[in-house]
Amino acid sequence: MEKEKDYLVPVGEGIYKVNTGDWRTHQPRLDAEKCIACGICFLYCPVFSIFKVNKQFKIDLSYCKGCGICAYECPHQAIAMIEEGADNEQN
Amino acid sequence: MSRIDVLNGNKAAAWGAALSRPDVIAAYPITPQTPLVEYLTQFVADKELDCVMSEVESEHSAMSVLTGASLAGSRTFTATSSQGLALMYEPYFRAATLRLPVVMAIVNREMISPQTVWGGPQDSLTLRDAGWIQIYCEDNQEILDMIIQAYKIGEDPRVLLPVNICYDGFYLSHLSERVEIPPAKLVDNFLPPYQPKHIKLDPQKPMAVDPLTTGDLLMDYRQKHLRAQQNALEVLKEVTIAFQQQFGRDYFGAVEEYRLEDAEIVLVSLGSMTGAIRDAVDLKREQGVKVGLLKIRLLRPFPLLDVQKALGNKKIVGVIDRNVSFGHNSGILYQEIRGALFGLAKPPNVKPFIGGLGGEDLRVDDFGKVIDQLKDNIDGMPVPYWILRKKR
Repeated sequence: MEKEKDYLVPVGEGIYKVNTGDWRTHQPRLDAEKCIACGICFLYCPVFSIFKVNKQFKIDLSYCKGCGICAYECPHQAIAMIEEGADNEQN
Repeated sequence: MSRIDVLNGNKAAAWGAALSRPDVIAAYPITPQTPLVEYLTQFVADKELDCVMSEVESEHSAMSVLTGASLAGSRTFTATSSQGLALMYEPYFRAATLRLPVVMAIVNREMISPQTVWGGPQDSLTLRDAGWIQIYCEDNQEILDMIIQAYKIGEDPRVLLPVNICYDGFYLSHLSERVEIPPAKLVDNFLPPYQPKHIKLDPQKPMAVDPLTTGDLLMDYRQKHLRAQQNALEVLKEVTIAFQQQFGRDYFGAVEEYRLEDAEIVLVSLGSMTGAIRDAVDLKREQGVKVGLLKIRLLRPFPLLDVQKALGNKKIVGVIDRNVSFGHNSGILYQEIRGALFGLAKPPNVKPFIGGLGGEDLRVDDFGKVIDQLKDNIDGMPVPYWILRKKR
């Protein structure tokens, strides 16, 4: 955990920088060809890591903990969970 | 001009709080609460005091309301006793670790079981390590004066800590004495409005309160908290002097020495028992016994150097505790004093005395017997020595 400002008490804005994506073991991979942009994954993501960009959904891995809910809920099996470090491909 | 009145300890505390102009008071109004809160409610109803009076459903809620109010920049006050303080334990710790200068009167009452409502500082002494500043009072004038000083100490930017003003239930809370009520203008001059810079809730600027924090950063906050406690020793000295200059009453800082210069035997006291010990010391002095008294006013932060300076070159020290430390076979103050003197080249022989639990009387002749025991038969005394008035 990194401190952004020197606070006397843990009250303020931008207190700590915590990269909660650090402890992920699996990451979601979205197959754009299977995706029908229904938004189910966007609705279910508990950490708001899925965004709509130009009518398409994108996954931001910064805070994704790899819980796999998006992959489980996707009605078209467009999201796969890939083990971290299994390949070097970027999402 | 000060107004002179006859006030019980609770009324004196209510005056001290009202003169400090709190913005928010939150308190639970029923037992173990004392009439202190009733007096404050009356002040508000009579429009003598302009503040938000929140009568909450528990002491836990009282401290939680004040936590929010203090975070938002208010000056705050509350009061509690015994089981109420116990119920408040969780937000009690949080007010200190959030560095909120809340002021709370603790009317010291014995903890159950068995069922009791009478005096004794077991309640607040048990919580001495929860991060608050704790000050113990001897009389009703000191209660009023110390509540005003508590804001001055707690709100100092070098301190920023909550403060307990503790006084014995019934012996002070319900008995009346002559008390000077200083004029409001004088107090306003001494105590400017609270203007926090370290925290301030603002709806226009959302912020996090208490985010989950890892150990390395938590230790950083604890280090700052410990430093603030140590700073309070110096700030209390400054405030004592400033108060003496403006109000004319001297409280001598963290400890008060009485007839100590040439004393060989010293009794150490806390709270309302001090008056009886003063008389016992005077009586024994008339008989030629070199005895003195050290009154501990500030328990947290503990005035280590003051205690070492006052007691370090004495022969015999008897510590009178109106409380027990379960598992140590003595009282709590005894351990504090013993710890402070440990490691000195020639530490005094320190002995533990326990008495006055559950509001039992501690009288002048009791302390006369304590002094005799220390003087005549220190090696033969039971440890701890229980001050008991009735044979069971």
